[in-house]
Amino acid sequence: MSVATAPAPDVSDVAALAPEMRRELYETMVLSRVFETETERQYKAARIGGYCHLSSGQEATTVGVVHALQPDDLLVTGYRSHGFALAKGTPPEAVMAELFGREDGCAHGRGGSMHILDVAHGYYGGWGIVAGQLPVATGLALALVRQGKPQAVVCELGDGAVNMGAWHESLNLAALWRLPIVFLVVNNEYGMGTAVSRASAEPELYKRASAYRMHGERVDGDDLDAVIEASERLLGAAREDRMPAVLEAMTYRYRGHSVADAGLAYRTKDEIAEHQAHDPIRRVRQQLREAGVADVELEAIDKRADERVAAAVEFALASAEPDVAQLAAGMHAAGSAEQFARMRPGSPFGELALTFDAGLGA
Amino acid sequence: MSATAERPAAETATTGETEVMTYREALRLALREEMARDERVFLMGEEVGVFEGAYKVSAGLLEEFGEDRVRDTPIAEEGFVGAGVGAAMLGERPVVEIMTINFLVVAMDQVINHAAKIGAMFGGEVRCPLVIRTPNGAGNQLTAQHSQSFDQWFASTPGLKVVSPATPADAKGLLKAAIRDDDPVLVIENLPIYKQRGEVPLDPEYVVPVGRAQVLREGTDVTLVTHSYATVRALAVAERLASQHGISAEVVDLRSLRPLDVETVAASVSKTNHAVCVEEGWPTYGVTAELAARIQHACFDDLDAPVERVGMAEVPLPYAKNLELAAMPNDERIAGAVLATLGRPSTS
Repeated sequence: MSVATAPAPDVSDVAALAPEMRRELYETMVLSRVFETETERQYKAARIGGYCHLSSGQEATTVGVVHALQPDDLLVTGYRSHGFALAKGTPPEAVMAELFGREDGCAHGRGGSMHILDVAHGYYGGWGIVAGQLPVATGLALALVRQGKPQAVVCELGDGAVNMGAWHESLNLAALWRLPIVFLVVNNEYGMGTAVSRASAEPELYKRASAYRMHGERVDGDDLDAVIEASERLLGAAREDRMPAVLEAMTYRYRGHSVADAGLAYRTKDEIAEHQAHDPIRRVRQQLREAGVADVELEAIDKRADERVAAAVEFALASAEPDVAQLAAGMHAAGSAEQFARMRPGSPFGELALTFDAGLGA
Repeated sequence: MSATAERPAAETATTGETEVMTYREALRLALREEMARDERVFLMGEEVGVFEGAYKVSAGLLEEFGEDRVRDTPIAEEGFVGAGVGAAMLGERPVVEIMTINFLVVAMDQVINHAAKIGAMFGGEVRCPLVIRTPNGAGNQLTAQHSQSFDQWFASTPGLKVVSPATPADAKGLLKAAIRDDDPVLVIENLPIYKQRGEVPLDPEYVVPVGRAQVLREGTDVTLVTHSYATVRALAVAERLASQHGISAEVVDLRSLRPLDVETVAASVSKTNHAVCVEEGWPTYGVTAELAARIQHACFDDLDAPVERVGMAEVPLPYAKNLELAAMPNDERIAGAVLATLGRPSTS
């Protein structure tokens, strides 16, 4: 069900989900869940470090929105990024190797959990500062327009990000310049441990789009079909009519804000259980069952997800650690070493040995 | 890729045709040439279009290139600097104007946490060829919130490049280098220099390489290490020191703050055995602090006196004209620092 602040954009009908596609998306949702579960396990085994934010419970939103993207559309997200990469088609191996801080990770071990990306699949990052990705995504949309490309950008953010100034500035620019972008607000009820109602004076977040005369609507983010329907419709309007929009997906994260948070200081076990009772993955599984997919086939899908994640862990373990001699790799474009060549005299030892002799401009 | 990017510093004084123009006109020429050369280059910022730029740098460009390439923005620095970051990630060449460097603080998250991080944090998978241009500077009674020069905040951030032209020729050559660079570059212009005139090469391939300082005045007794408006001050002070005290001062204009050309600075100090570093900003933790650290390390055996520093008095700049003048790194303070470093009595 969608609640809109303005008449929905006039876009041709969105096709219903084909049974085979539903099965594929189910597989991706399961993969994402299994991946996150394994990630938490590996974190606790100290193979993964840093901040690590899991998206278990949010799979219908993640997978549904990404399904609505066309191959050349672009995706930008906050730091709860693993599921988006997997949905976009990034191999689980590349994501897990990144979490392990290995050379074969999608950011070659330089980014970690918050900075997953896959430019070849149009995924321009995982960003770690709340709302900082909004102006960046707005700029990607501007570049699409300048380049005359008929594509759109999805910019994911959490419910906490709507209270940042960057939200206001980005929505204003997107509306003012009619940029092809959909701001996907993943409302999982809490920004870290602060409930939306305790953080936002207008807790129906989609309504804030009206301040920019922009279309905004809310969707059940645990209903795969509803997410896909709304995403395809809004992305269609963004591509065809350059109409930006806000899509607020109502969902819930089962785990804490990050793996370091038990997630129980600000909510009860009952509340979590209540959400788990209508789990988005189980909903799709039931739909497949009703459509005649045999249990044995569903179990095969589940098993395949387990195997793919296990293989990803094996791959990550086998991948080399980044070469310390390449500490500064990627920081500057090719040719920069020459620009820095006269900075050596009097420079601190570490800088001399590592920054300038190791990988600058590589 | 331009062949001039490889050109050594000594050759940047072109033998081709030149024209006398102001610093702001030289910047405008660079913008016009680069926009004509490369469709991906576009301007974005407050008042850059219809108003023709708060300091008229972009005058005439809207008419010449149209609204798509000279894009007026709302007053929303974080938003449009970030939009520049995103556009650059997709291969555009945005040149974002910030009205003065004081307002860049509002967009600091996009500059430091985003633009500067992209190359390294994403393992080199994506680049950010963004240019931000903005003037620093004081001296017009603009008071505490509009008179700052915190160039070192940016120059101390790995992932950024920072250039700071002090002459019209460098304004053209360094802005062009910044636009052609594949990394995020901050071009720090300067309010008092906008109206200064100088010879500017008309060659559209005149590019001043990033990371190359320039000896603007040769001398034997002391090295003045400067950038931005401090360079203008130092050149005047050097003339005065010569005529009034018979002191031969060398002036090294840094031109780039990151990368920093310590080699040229060290060569000069090794010759003169005395260094006075001058900046428009606050010296504590400043550009001159970095210079002093590098010079003492690189030239320890050559120094005849401790490295001296001159900068803005460490107060928010006051309004009253006499207080403002006293707070700035004025000619008297620079000359005094040179005389003290050389062990000469102050006669002024």
